[in-house]
Parts: sequence; C-alpha cells; structure tokens
Amino acid sequence: MASQAQKRPAALQVILIAILVIWMIAAAFPFFWTLWGSFKVEGDFFSLADWTNVLTGEMTTRETGDAFTTEGYSGAWVQEEFWKAAWNSTLVCLFVVTISLTLGTLGGYALARSTYRYAFWFLLIALIFRAMPPITLVSGYLPVFFQWNIWGHLPTAIIVLVAINQPFTLWMLHSFFKNIPQDLDESAMVDGCTRFQAFRHVIIPVMWPGIITTGLFSFLLAYNDFAVTAMILDKENQTMVPKIASFLGTTQTKGNVMFAVAAVVSTTAPLFLLIMVFQRQIVSGLTAGAVKG
Amino acid sequence: MKHSAFFWFVLPSAVAMLLFIFFPIISVVVQSLHSAHEQVIIEVENCGPFGCTTATAIDQSATAALREDQPLGRFAGLEIYKDRNHLAVEQVGQIWSDSTGIGNFIDRLMNLPFYKAMGFTLTFTFVVTPLTIVLGFIVAVAVNSAAKAIRGPLIFFSLLPMMVTPLIGSLILFWMVDARGILGTALRWLADDPGLSVKADTGLMWIMLMVYGVWHSAPFAFIVYYAGLQTVNTDTLEAARIDGASRWQQIRHVVIPHLLPLTTFIALMQLMDNFRVFEPIVSFNASAHATSLSWAIYNDLGGETQQLSSAAATSVLTIIGVAILLSPVLIRTWRDYGKAA
Repeated sequence: MASQAQKRPAALQVILIAILVIWMIAAAFPFFWTLWGSFKVEGDFFSLADWTNVLTGEMTTRETGDAFTTEGYSGAWVQEEFWKAAWNSTLVCLFVVTISLTLGTLGGYALARSTYRYAFWFLLIALIFRAMPPITLVSGYLPVFFQWNIWGHLPTAIIVLVAINQPFTLWMLHSFFKNIPQDLDESAMVDGCTRFQAFRHVIIPVMWPGIITTGLFSFLLAYNDFAVTAMILDKENQTMVPKIASFLGTTQTKGNVMFAVAAVVSTTAPLFLLIMVFQRQIVSGLTAGAVKG
Repeated sequence: MKHSAFFWFVLPSAVAMLLFIFFPIISVVVQSLHSAHEQVIIEVENCGPFGCTTATAIDQSATAALREDQPLGRFAGLEIYKDRNHLAVEQVGQIWSDSTGIGNFIDRLMNLPFYKAMGFTLTFTFVVTPLTIVLGFIVAVAVNSAAKAIRGPLIFFSLLPMMVTPLIGSLILFWMVDARGILGTALRWLADDPGLSVKADTGLMWIMLMVYGVWHSAPFAFIVYYAGLQTVNTDTLEAARIDGASRWQQIRHVVIPHLLPLTTFIALMQLMDNFRVFEPIVSFNASAHATSLSWAIYNDLGGETQQLSSAAATSVLTIIGVAILLSPVLIRTWRDYGKAA
C-alpha cells in the first residue's frame, strides 16, 4: 500500500485531506463546542445577538464576574440531584453487564459448539428478537409490572435490560467462541473432564478478549438506553438519560437549559474515556460479525 | 455437544428471553385485541316535589369491580387496529373516494397519525441507510489513505457520534441548530433570512433529523469498511496494476467486489436500527413535524392516561413492519442453511 500512496496524484491527495478535515470537524466539533458552552450562562450559549458571545463569555462575565462558570454543573448535580441518577446508572450498568455476560457466555458457548439444527433456529430467533425495537415490548411489561407491584424499581429495569441484551450478547459471544478451536475443550473431555469442567478450566481462561468486547457493548446498551428506562423506572430511580430528558420538560420553562447542557457533558465524559481506553476492542467488536461474513 | 449439556447451558438465557421478550410479545398481541372498559352507566331516578326525573350517573363501584374482574378490558377484536389512530380504514376509504389526485390523497393520508408516523419512519430508513453507506465508504477510503501515525486519533474521533447516547448526540446537534445556536446563526446568514428557524419548518426539521441519522450511523459503516480495506488482497491489487488498471479501475474491480458482502451486512444493521428511530424526535422536540412508529408508542404510554391498547396495537404493527423488512434476510439465511445441511 505504501508504494501506492507515493504515486497518488496531488489533486486526489487534496480531496482526501479535505474529506478528512470536514469529517473530523463534523464528528468532533459538536462535542467540544458543547463542552465549552457548558461553562457559560444561557445568554451566551444561546445568543441571538452575537454568536461570538459564547467565545468571549460576555454575558457570563456580566452575570457571574468571570468568563467561566460552573453554575450549570452545580445546578444539575446538586440542585436537581443528578448525582442520584448517576448512581442509579452505575448500578444498572454494573448489574446488567455482569448478568448479561454470565448468561451470554454459557449460552454462546453452547450455541458455538452444538452441531444440531436447533442451535441454528435458536440463533435465528435471537436475530428476530434483536431486530425488534425494545419499546414495542414495553406495553407488554407495564400491566404485569403494575399488577405485581414491581414497576419503577431498579432490579426490574436491570432484568428487562438483561433480557433485551441477550440476543445481541449471544450472537457476539457465539462468534467469539467459534474462533476458539474445538480441539481445545474436546481434548480436555477426552482426558475425563465433563462438558462443564472443560468449559470452566479450558475455555474460560482463553475467552477474556471476547468477554471484554461483548461487555463493552452490553455496557453501552444499558448506559444509552432511553426507551425502556424512561417507561419502567419511576422518578426516584431514574437513570441519567431519562433524567436529562426530564430536564428538558421542566428546565426549559424555568430558563435553565444550562442544567441539561451540563448534565449532557457529564454523561458524555465517561463514554469519552471508555472509547479512549478500549478503542481497539470496540473496533474489533463492531467488525466481528461483518468480516467473517 | 450432547442435547442435555446444550439444554443446561442455554437454559438461563433462554428463560430470560422467554419471560421478557417472548411472553411480552404475546401479551402485546392480546392487549391490542382488547380495549379498556367503558364506565358503567346507571340510571338514577330523582324524585322531587315536581315529579321524577331520570339522570345518568357513573356507577363507580361497578366500574371498579368490572375492571378488577377483567383487567384486560373488553374484547374488541380488530377494532383498535381499524380506528382513526391506527390503520384508519374508514377515513382512508373516504379520503380515497373524494381525493382529487394521488398527490392530494397522500397529502391527506399524512394527516392521519399512523400514516404520518409510518411515512416518516420509512422515509428516514430509506434515505439515511444509503447515505450512511456512501459517507462511511468515503471516510474509510480517506482514513485508509492517511499516515499510519494519525489513524488512531482519526478513528477515535470518528467513533464519537455513534458511541454517544442517541438522545444526547441529538440534543447536542439540536442546541447547535437552535435559532440562537451557532449552526442556526450560520444557516440564517447563509439563507439571508433572519426569520429562518429549523424548529418551525417541517421540511427543515425532516432534513435535520436525517442529517442527525447519517451523522450518528456513518461511523459504523466507516469502521466496517475500514476493517474490510485492511484485508484487501494486495497481490490482486498489484496484479491489476501490472495489467495496467487505472486507480479507478482498481477500486471498481478489486476493492468494491471485496467490500460488497460487508455492504449487505451494514445495510441490514442500518435498516433495523433506522426503523426504530425515536430519540432524535424527543430531543429535537419535533413531534409537530415528524413522528415515528416508536415515538407513537412512547407517546401513547407516556401520556396522562396510559393508552395501553393503542400502544399495543401500534407495537404489533411495528413488529410486522420489522418482519417485512427482515424477511429477505431470513429467507436467505434459511436457504443457505438448507443447502449446507
């Protein structure tokens, strides 16, 4: 490929660089703009008079005496109790990832090793479940949850999210286990291990790359979910994303949209770190299903 | 693997899916066939000095008892599917009979809630999916041509729009295109129209929602294509070059055929994901201009009075839509498997 790069004509090179620059701006600029704006007052971030106000922080200086303010953050985290939502999100993500992976590893392993037709049907049904928008299931949950009085609690949301995650987790882990040579666990079984012992002592030690990648995606599904958590959790137990949506209803009228901006930045920050640390695993996860066909 | 071992390994996740995906689907279907009980009306005779009058009143205890007795509501058959908020059979028939032309018919059809949601969902799905694939491919080619050292950061920033929570990503864009935001100001300046507002214009709102859709999903197409480009057979490329193929011919006859199976995969994933478009409509506060099937369900469930039956009927129609979208893939998988077996 290197020799090809040297031969590239100048015009083509310019076009390629232009595409890269435009795409980088489109992909990254909105986040930095919002991060910057979250330290301003509403009059600056949403300025009808002069858009450069947000750069200079004119209104912010006038209202707070400094060009940067953390009013939005203190308002969201302390006054509107966003910390509670952050704690709820932490709990939900932790449990969803652990339970999803436990169930998914067992199922994914069996699906990768079984040669019978029903394993294929199982995966096909999981694919259909994966394709359904989760919100279509919510009207099926609600009457039952109300009747049993389990609506609104975190454990309910955790179990529902685990179940909704299962089809995806199974598919991903199934394709990871397919890549672990079958001889490995079969030779253990020849040596007298049961199926579960082979799984426990031979497969588990070598499966961690796949588990980490799948865990990342389960985490993202739980962390990013809005449709299910907004409908199933009550106000006290809200996670971060529905909490932000509820800010929009209440704070826009109060003129405090900056709370929402600060909350949005706070929610995005952990994702930034996550992508930075696990970039390689995320890329391999996204392409796992595709490149192998 | 033995049947019994398979059974025990798969059991936990099968139970989870059975209880929280399969049963809810059944429950949704059953619910969509029932509607809430109407209140029990009794006639009360009030006798006064000037004779008796009969008045109607709601029998609270009887209503409560009835609802307790049959919590699903009364059986309504396909009534809910046919009402104005869903397939609107009657209204469509009427519009069909007295519309002046096909344009007029579609115009009036789009005023019915279900068809409005369906119209936007389908337009969104079939506009965003191809644009995503094209943009993802272009970016992948561009990144692939960049120096190795800067590819890491390029990929990092490219991933952001996809990995960030959809509700949040769309909010960030929405705040920027707000009339008082930076993009809103730029648009007004470009159009030279001080009154221009994305929030107030249906056409602009649709465009904005689709721009968000492409922005959000292009990274996925990009990553898949980028990974595909790493595995292009360099021997084949070199052979093509030696045979005198131009740069374009190399792409056309070597690279694109190599990437074609990936395109099917991306298209399938994107069709599924775009069909459930929902969060941007909440973030953009766009429901006056554009609604989607998922949004319609959310709206029914979240209102003052939870309209469970109405939401259930829309859910069933959405699931049918997904099944239709997915059917070519399912049929192909099934056939391939049949061949292999």
